[in-house]
Amino acid sequence: MIRAEHLIKTYVLGGQEVHALDDVSVTIQQGEMVAIRGPSGSGKSTLMNILGCLDRADSGRYFIAGQNVSGLSKNALAEIRNRRIGFIFQNFNLLPRMNALENVELPLHYAGRRDAAHVARKSLDVVGLGDRWHHEPNQLSGGQRQRVAVARALVTDPAILLCDEPTGSLDSKTGEEILTLFKSLNAQGRTILVVTHDAQVAAHCQREIYLHDGRIAVPPSDAAEERDIGEPVLTSILK
Amino acid sequence: MLFWMIVKVAFKSLRANKLRSVLAMLGIIIGVAAVIAMLAIGTGAKQQVLDRLSAMGTNLLFVRPSPRGTAGVISGTQLNLTEDDARAILAKVDHVHALSPAVGRNYQVKYLDQNTNTQVQGTTPTYLAIRDFQIDSGKMFTDFDVDRWNRVAVLGSVTASNLFGFSDPVGQTIKINGINFTVVGVLQSKGDQGWNNPDDQVIIPYTVDMHILMGVDFLREIDVQCDAGSDLDAVQSDIYSLTRQRHRIQRGAPDDIMIMNQGEFIAAFSATATTFTVLLATVGGISLLVGGIGIMNIMLVTVTERTREIGIRKAIGAREFDILSQFLIEAMLMSGVGGLTGMGLGIGAAWVVGQYSPFPTIVRFYSIVMALVFSAAVGIFFGFYPATRAAKLDPIEALRYE
Repeated sequence: MIRAEHLIKTYVLGGQEVHALDDVSVTIQQGEMVAIRGPSGSGKSTLMNILGCLDRADSGRYFIAGQNVSGLSKNALAEIRNRRIGFIFQNFNLLPRMNALENVELPLHYAGRRDAAHVARKSLDVVGLGDRWHHEPNQLSGGQRQRVAVARALVTDPAILLCDEPTGSLDSKTGEEILTLFKSLNAQGRTILVVTHDAQVAAHCQREIYLHDGRIAVPPSDAAEERDIGEPVLTSILK
Repeated sequence: MLFWMIVKVAFKSLRANKLRSVLAMLGIIIGVAAVIAMLAIGTGAKQQVLDRLSAMGTNLLFVRPSPRGTAGVISGTQLNLTEDDARAILAKVDHVHALSPAVGRNYQVKYLDQNTNTQVQGTTPTYLAIRDFQIDSGKMFTDFDVDRWNRVAVLGSVTASNLFGFSDPVGQTIKINGINFTVVGVLQSKGDQGWNNPDDQVIIPYTVDMHILMGVDFLREIDVQCDAGSDLDAVQSDIYSLTRQRHRIQRGAPDDIMIMNQGEFIAAFSATATTFTVLLATVGGISLLVGGIGIMNIMLVTVTERTREIGIRKAIGAREFDILSQFLIEAMLMSGVGGLTGMGLGIGAAWVVGQYSPFPTIVRFYSIVMALVFSAAVGIFFGFYPATRAAKLDPIEALRYE
């Protein structure tokens, strides 16, 4: 279970303060599958970075599985990322020149585990790629790569899977397959957080947290959203 | 386990950029090869000369006219050493075991239609013992020959084969500067010493050399062999005072001869050779340093290129230390592989030089260790800055990097 309270994050861009997160509180229960959605610039990436312990909030508190992680050192955060969080990225982010198994083993090596090969094989079996372990990323299709990334995220048995636009680089069919995989993992009790701008992806989740201008907001109607992410200049002229 | 993983990845990334890696390692390769080869050549040459010098014995004194000149400008030598000086030294100075006066220059030496230009050394029979020569065939000329100005000659082995090929020179007549000499013996070969070949010379009685060939009254030098275990400094100062007296040098005026002893000669040569070797090794060392800068350059490029990889590694839990050690290991691997390659090349080069030069090359173990340790140190030193840059990267920025 993760809980973030009153997160505030401010950037200074060109001498101007930008409130990326403005008092955001989020609670995600164990076993939930939640979407964080919002248009670009809404602060969802910032929130994802903070929840993923890649970044620290200016103020606010953040707990993962009961442990307060706000104010931890860089190395302690690295350890939290290693053990508590599984990352899945839009563009897979597998390491080139390493085969699927080595990619999946890597978090275990950083954790100093000695049973890495064995555990990594099991994790690849979970995503259905047990027989492709020796393939390097460039020998795999997009969907397969994302499965390897899922296996890598799962391998340390993290408290939460953080997925940043997991279907963004996949065609719709493969995207569906990945989402189905997420759902089956969720059915086995995994806590999953999907960051997306896509309402259809968010629809696969049990609930959605909608961000707008750094605040949690009520999701707009479909029409309003079209205007939001469509062609704002043209629509305003048409008005 | 993580360590081997890192080494494996480092190897793969070196292989993935073969040309670049080789170019980056080239400086180290050349540096290490140069250091090892130079030290091997220097050590070998020095060793051989020192062996030769020591074989002659350490109880030798070389008496020569001192260089003539004013204010450090040398303009020839004084002509003042005579046969009588030599006789006086032998007769009056204690602990002088033997001496051989020497005179000579290069002459054209002919036998039938063969001719060669070689050093003609005028001396006495004691020359053989003092300079550690052995007779191979025939015999050495005698003191009687010296006294009688007999025109007899003993040939060095190279001179003998130059003039006579495979036939026996003993008993034959050669012409030195147009004057007939009878060959009475041939010396055993000592091997080339690099700057002068003791096997390429003709030895004749010094009286003949001085009075018949050259027409001079002065000796070039007197080689004095002292009794074993005698005090060379004492003998040396006795010779100085004797010649001052004989040459009527005023009190306070400088000596007109100079005496070098074998020990000083060895020490001076040894020091020169060491300086030279160090100089050569330093040049190699500088190349190592430049090689290190090349590695740093490539490592900086690598870190930039692999920013995204660094971001990924950080996201899945790599600490700063993990990233630092990864890139440090890569840099060390590069300098290590370069160092080993350079070592192979250096030893190979030393071997080739040893085959084709008159002196052997000696690869000392310490020079290999030194070159490898230095190249590993270069890897650590020049890898550290790029590795630190990699370790300090912000994971979010790094992940976003295209």
